[in-house]
Amino acid sequence: MNIVVCIKQVPDSAAKVVAEGGKANWGEAPLVMNPWDEYAVETALLQQEQHGGQVTAISVGGPAATEALKSALAMGCSQAYLVSDPALSSADSQAIAHVLAGAIRKIAEVDLAVFGKQAIDSDMGVTAPQTARVLGWPVISLVSAVREIDTGKGNIVVERSVEDGRQIVEGRLPVVITVSKDIAEPRYPSFMGIRKAAKAEIPVWTLADLEVATPTPVVHWPEVENPPSQAISTEMISGEDPQEIADTLVDRILNEKVF
Amino acid sequence: MDFTLSEEHRMVQKMVRDFAQKEVAPVIKEHDRAQEMAQFILPRMGELGILGICIPVRYGGQGMDYISLGVACEELEAVDSTLRVVMSVHTGLNSMGLLQWGTEEQKQRFLAPLARGNKIGCFGLTEPGAGSDVAGLTSTARLEGEDYVINGEKMWISLATKADYCLWVARTDSKVDDPHDGLSAFLVEHDRPGITTGDIKGKLGVRAGSTGWIAAQDVRVPLGNRIGQEGDGFRIAMSCLDNGRYTVAAGATGLIRACLEASVKYANERRAFGREIGKFQLIQQKIAGMVQSYEAARLLYLQAGWMKNQGLRNTRETSLAKWFATEKSFEAASEAIQVHGAYGFSDEYDVERYLRNSKGAVIYEGSNEIHQLIQAGFALGYRDDAPLKSELPQYDPSYWQDNG
Amino acid sequence: MSGKILVFIDQSKGQAIPASWELIGAAKVLEESFSGGIAAVVAGENSKEVAKAAFKYGAGEVYYCDDPALTEYRPEPYTDLVVKAARELEPELILFPTTTRGRELAAMAALDLKSGIMPDVIKLEIQDGRLIATRPVYAGKLLAKTYCDSSPQIISARSRAFTAPEMDDSKDGEPIRVAIEYSEDNIRTKVTGYSQAEVGVSLMDANVIVSGGRGVSNNPSLSPPGEMDDKQAEIWRAQQGFAMLEELAKVLGGALGASRAAVDAGYIPYEHQVGQTGKVVSPDLYIACGISGAIQHQAGMRTSKMIVAINKDPDAPIFKLARFGVVGDVYEIVPALTESFRKKLA
Repeated sequence: MNIVVCIKQVPDSAAKVVAEGGKANWGEAPLVMNPWDEYAVETALLQQEQHGGQVTAISVGGPAATEALKSALAMGCSQAYLVSDPALSSADSQAIAHVLAGAIRKIAEVDLAVFGKQAIDSDMGVTAPQTARVLGWPVISLVSAVREIDTGKGNIVVERSVEDGRQIVEGRLPVVITVSKDIAEPRYPSFMGIRKAAKAEIPVWTLADLEVATPTPVVHWPEVENPPSQAISTEMISGEDPQEIADTLVDRILNEKVF
Repeated sequence: MDFTLSEEHRMVQKMVRDFAQKEVAPVIKEHDRAQEMAQFILPRMGELGILGICIPVRYGGQGMDYISLGVACEELEAVDSTLRVVMSVHTGLNSMGLLQWGTEEQKQRFLAPLARGNKIGCFGLTEPGAGSDVAGLTSTARLEGEDYVINGEKMWISLATKADYCLWVARTDSKVDDPHDGLSAFLVEHDRPGITTGDIKGKLGVRAGSTGWIAAQDVRVPLGNRIGQEGDGFRIAMSCLDNGRYTVAAGATGLIRACLEASVKYANERRAFGREIGKFQLIQQKIAGMVQSYEAARLLYLQAGWMKNQGLRNTRETSLAKWFATEKSFEAASEAIQVHGAYGFSDEYDVERYLRNSKGAVIYEGSNEIHQLIQAGFALGYRDDAPLKSELPQYDPSYWQDNG
Repeated sequence: MSGKILVFIDQSKGQAIPASWELIGAAKVLEESFSGGIAAVVAGENSKEVAKAAFKYGAGEVYYCDDPALTEYRPEPYTDLVVKAARELEPELILFPTTTRGRELAAMAALDLKSGIMPDVIKLEIQDGRLIATRPVYAGKLLAKTYCDSSPQIISARSRAFTAPEMDDSKDGEPIRVAIEYSEDNIRTKVTGYSQAEVGVSLMDANVIVSGGRGVSNNPSLSPPGEMDDKQAEIWRAQQGFAMLEELAKVLGGALGASRAAVDAGYIPYEHQVGQTGKVVSPDLYIACGISGAIQHQAGMRTSKMIVAINKDPDAPIFKLARFGVVGDVYEIVPALTESFRKKLA
């Protein structure tokens, strides 16, 4: 099988992020592989172990993103590519989707593209379906288990965790899938993997290499702000009987719209 | 001079940290309270390759360098000292002793299963009546035909009841002028008739670990199990300690860091007199002291690791690193408890465990006092180390990583 | 700006997802700037009935597609439907609910229409003639003000960020059927069923946590079965109490937490412990039941967006952290709360 896993490098989830001058600032916190993408890498590696073939990790970003790609190599991916181009500095999700689709096409004869559910910095969760749409492949999101892949028939059967429960979906390869945490615990890199990754030179592709036109972003997020801090004013709820109290409380809670 | 950890070292650090934090940290307290080693630790560390981290691939190891060993120990002890004790005895004292002194045949027979984690190793030097006075040990090994017959008792042996192999030092010659020259080293398999082991309970610290005694009653081991020549035992033991001590130094550094992190966290949360206690100078003084100790301890052990990588004799530097880090970890833990106030006195928080664990390292692998004598000995010119018949091999990536 | 707003009505098993009506509420708020009317589109099983309901919530024109290929939601044919409707109606704004279906559909439609998507939006406002969508980023640590300078702008709205209009039974209309050309062979995925596996929510990931303290064992009206000594009976009662909290957690799609005292007393395993020496959590809603709120516990949940406390003791420190508090018996309030939420969230 020829599997591609798309990863992103983001600030560590434990980082304290504040808005300074309209820009996000995470101080000294390290940049790491997007946690959801670790599950994607693990999923890809498990399928490769079962069906043979290789796993290629790709990431769109600056030079720092090579660290995330090296982590993917250390976990066991066969190769990795960085897509980096100054024209992508203010790319929106469609632009990234076209770029990733271009990279997947360049890798050629890919059966399966795996993404993590969303990136914990932008929290968009749209890159995978948009990339699938550019490729003309089906997207199956929120996969919590891969039941079976039949490489002969070119079929995949998965379980998805959605609002209605665990849905079983069959698809014809090639497909794009996004994975959630239930799928498998990501493995630690092996020491041999660490050595290989440390030595690896990661090739960089530009837009020209992918034959993708310079995108014009249409979505902009010029500034971020800190959420309004609220001084807590405690409201005690009382009533005639427990049900009345409960009803009032529920109304108040829903009214605040935090959940 | 490049003081940064290489990319490889950083990835090793992250991997070991993730393992220790995710798999051991959540359950360590309950095992410490029960004074029992968690069953999964040895197999898991073996499976992940940590037990053989710096052993060449051709001997079943992972082919990483000696700095990786140190970095791994720092991360392990930041969660609990017992994890690092495993590395100290299995890897530092036993496996690296075989790497340095074993014949090719012995390395294939004994080192390979140890490096793979298929067998567990321990180090049999200390006896009920002999700790610092190594030459005063009384265990004997008498040559009878093609075998040695070993008698004696070893005590305060980490992993005594868990290990498969013991690197046992015994007296082979009681008539020699200098008793130091009458000792020899042997690889003794625990399943040989005559070997019994037991656990020691009621220790102040490292309670989630396994410490015990090993008794040998007329245990026969073949000639091929003797490591080095007859009479090499003392020098072999001392060079094993150079490696064991290194892991202790690195580990104690991790313990200082754990004390520092716990104290910083608590000082930012606990409030008294209208503000976080971190705002008070006497608390800040304690934290500053821990920072100083951590940074200095770290540089000392990394230097020792670097020297091992270069194939340079490092007895002095390793001793210095161990003495400094362990003494400072005991202080840091005591101060960390103080920062936590009454809560530091309760095992709900980790700092009391850090203190109890830290005290052991001030005693074993060369007590504080012994190290002070070693340092003075070097400084005053009373000692110098003659080159050994076998030195710890210099780290060579292609030798370490080739399949041989 | 003028122009239409198109709203995608999400449905499951023939019932509209209530968050869809909130989109019409959002559309109404923007009616001044988007004055071309509110259109709605719905697909799938029973979509004609759902389409009729859309008029009652204020949609001006409603389209539906009940083609069998769309009975089970699949992204590709649903996207084709939405894109077809968008190309015919030429809306300037398309709104989707942020459900698993809505977000993905919005993304794919945006790509086909060569326009921009802003997902999971919590606020919409017009500034200098431009629509600004506010959305949480960095797991809600920050808010991003985003805008799209192409048309149609495509937005998915977070549940309960906007208010659904009152249903007006007197409003009626004739929904228009839309056909799409498809054969099953053209669609590369198929839903073949549902599995029984229960998926629990982990404490660290949960948006809602219902947490219990020592007080959870104090229900005198419960009689433990058979011969239990005092300690066993106490634990049994506490377990019944936590089961009751778990019911509430389930209705809210959340996880179960506990104070250190409850864990130490053996009522519930350590993995549920919230606090300085347990897990530090930051859910959107934290409901503390029978928890006094000692500093150690506070350190583990203080950054929750909203804290609700239920405790018999009016002086319990937890009330200082709470947005809403009830002085009362957990055993009376929690089941009532569960009922109330069950009704309001249906």
